[in-house]
Amino acid sequence: MNKLKIPAPKYRPGDAPNFENMMVGVNQNLSKPNIDSAPLDMMDHALGLVRVLNDEGELYGEWIPDISDDELLKGLSDMVITRIYDDRMQVMQRVGKMSFYLKCTGEEAIAVAQTAALEDQDMCFASYRQQGILIARGFPLLTMMNHCLSNSQDICKGRQLPIMYTWSEGNYFTISGNLGTQFPQAVGWAMASAYKGESAVASTWIGDGTTATNDFHQGMTFASVYKAPALLNVVNNQWAISSFQGFAAGEGTTFASRGIGYGIPGIRLDGNDFLAVYAVTKWAAERARAGHGSTLIEHFTYRAAAHSTSDDPSKYRPENEQEFWPFGDPIDRLKAYVIKKGIWSEKKHEALVKEHTKTVFDAYKKAESYGTLSSGDRPEVSTIFEDIFEQPTNTLRRQRQELGI
Amino acid sequence: MTQMNMIQAINSAHENLLERDKSVVVFGEDAGYFGGVFNATEGLQEKFGKQRCFDTPISEGGIIGAAIGMAVNGLKPLVEIQFSDYIYPGFDQIVSEAARIRYRSAADFTVPLTIRTPCGGGIRGGQTHSQSPEAIFTHVSGLKTIMVSNPYDAKGLLIAAVEDPDPVIFFEPKRLYNGPFSGDPAAPSQSWENHEFGDVPEKYYSLPLGKARVVKEGADLSIITYGTMVHVSLAAAEKSGLDVEVIDLRTLSPIDLETITASVQKTGRCLVVHEATFTGGYGGEILSLIQENCFYNLEAPIRRVAGWDIPYPHAFEWEYFPGLDRVVRAINIVMEG
Repeated sequence: MNKLKIPAPKYRPGDAPNFENMMVGVNQNLSKPNIDSAPLDMMDHALGLVRVLNDEGELYGEWIPDISDDELLKGLSDMVITRIYDDRMQVMQRVGKMSFYLKCTGEEAIAVAQTAALEDQDMCFASYRQQGILIARGFPLLTMMNHCLSNSQDICKGRQLPIMYTWSEGNYFTISGNLGTQFPQAVGWAMASAYKGESAVASTWIGDGTTATNDFHQGMTFASVYKAPALLNVVNNQWAISSFQGFAAGEGTTFASRGIGYGIPGIRLDGNDFLAVYAVTKWAAERARAGHGSTLIEHFTYRAAAHSTSDDPSKYRPENEQEFWPFGDPIDRLKAYVIKKGIWSEKKHEALVKEHTKTVFDAYKKAESYGTLSSGDRPEVSTIFEDIFEQPTNTLRRQRQELGI
Repeated sequence: MTQMNMIQAINSAHENLLERDKSVVVFGEDAGYFGGVFNATEGLQEKFGKQRCFDTPISEGGIIGAAIGMAVNGLKPLVEIQFSDYIYPGFDQIVSEAARIRYRSAADFTVPLTIRTPCGGGIRGGQTHSQSPEAIFTHVSGLKTIMVSNPYDAKGLLIAAVEDPDPVIFFEPKRLYNGPFSGDPAAPSQSWENHEFGDVPEKYYSLPLGKARVVKEGADLSIITYGTMVHVSLAAAEKSGLDVEVIDLRTLSPIDLETITASVQKTGRCLVVHEATFTGGYGGEILSLIQENCFYNLEAPIRRVAGWDIPYPHAFEWEYFPGLDRVVRAINIVMEG
């Protein structure tokens, strides 16, 4: 008998998902520790789940953040525009305007709320599913679209896949595409910040699947050894393309708990709860700025969309699984909260959606006028030999001449 | 000028760099308090403080990944990978990240990073402390690759590497740390004392990257080489009794094609020599360039002398090492061709 165990997700296509018992015994009413708390004293936070909005959409517990109405409404608006942007770009990929696209549906709060809680000087080393950071920091939609279309105005000069944005001015690091590499880089960036005596912190995001890479462990070790002022985010959206988080050894444990062994506090939170993401980010950033080192934050969420335009999730998981996800949708939840709070209304929301839809549509029309991958203007071909080094080598000059440009 | 061995010259380069520029930061496994397993960073922590020269976890990917992040945040990391045989866990960070961040971001971000690493055999290091992996790096777009052969160049080129705005891999043949090596393990060991290139200024100076050195002029045959094999080639040239020209590439990438072609066009005969394994070695690249640029000047087929295509065997390192006799034999074959 073959005794090798291979993990498998609970539900496959055709199954009826049921997550009712998923959180049985999980502490969802956690204390808010002092920012200098020892990691070992925060075991509950690594195994539990920090939430601020309960299932009824009411605030509860110690983590309720001090956040202004303006910030709440900006957060909601940024999440809405992120989703509309994603939907538009996905459609444009489907009609052949770009090679690839990747949505963050259901995960908007993770990027948008964390950005809201960080300072502009803080450096973001994101993965490819945090386009919400750029939107929250005001990167022009047109610039993002020009990049995705690899057109004549693409600031990456047609060198990168869509979504692999870069924006140094907005303290957003160039996206790699090789998973996890940004993790130790963010730690190094944070070490340099400490070295210079500055107050900026680094924040980095990886997925549950990427915690299996060497980079995760290298980053954790360096973050711990040098007490780097960094926020180390694991977005546990349950899926790495078609592999469920069991293939990252996530079954029966939490990703947040991995911090403890490194001497780094781990906090698991409800990633679909804008206020929980905001509150924990504030705590971790304050801890980092005060010199107490990094925090590992697990954002417990669900990847509602496909991994990318290159896969069909109905081939490996129940088609409607996200509808059964017990933590709802981040936009719906924040919207319900601000309406309940009396600072928002269905009518205003409708108008907001309409306005953003038009903004995205208009920006796209403009972007398309600068060309797309399949037609129109492209960046100058001669630029493909630039930026290998600051100065071109003789070998590169010869190759450029050979191409005849 | 002061007489220095290669370790002292490298140490002196660190000292000058740390003195001159607060953004230079030095780290690596055992590189801080202890001063490195080869003493290259000895005394630096004591002199400049533990935040400017420090120890790291045994994590080459972490060292290089963190160094990239530091470089992006305005520092100039100068890191040591204890043996080049250990560099592979950091390979992804070098190849996919350091080498490409300027390109992929269209110069929105850049990585001024220098990775020093001892390489090569002849020190009874076995297969995990003897490799010469330079060709793996010369193949990568966006990296500059250096291999030095003497104290004077080591200091000047290391300073140039740190000054360079892009990532540089800096190979130090550890067999040359204490003296040049003729390739004959039975011969008495030599030191850098009284050697022309053991005379090293104490002050800050840099040498241009991408420039080869004609170590010895000659008219009969050109040897294109680098690292430890520069000295073996010089000894072989002398033993052959012929008028051999020896070129030390110093920088492998970007390559100094002009110096190579000028030499081969003059002599019409060429031998390429390196310690690294033969197949896929950098010698193949050099040979191709000569073929493309000097074919009608050649009077004989070009030959390569390199390590065999085997791991460096501990008890048989002199059978692996492309020593004096193999180089002399190859010179004679090229001359007869």
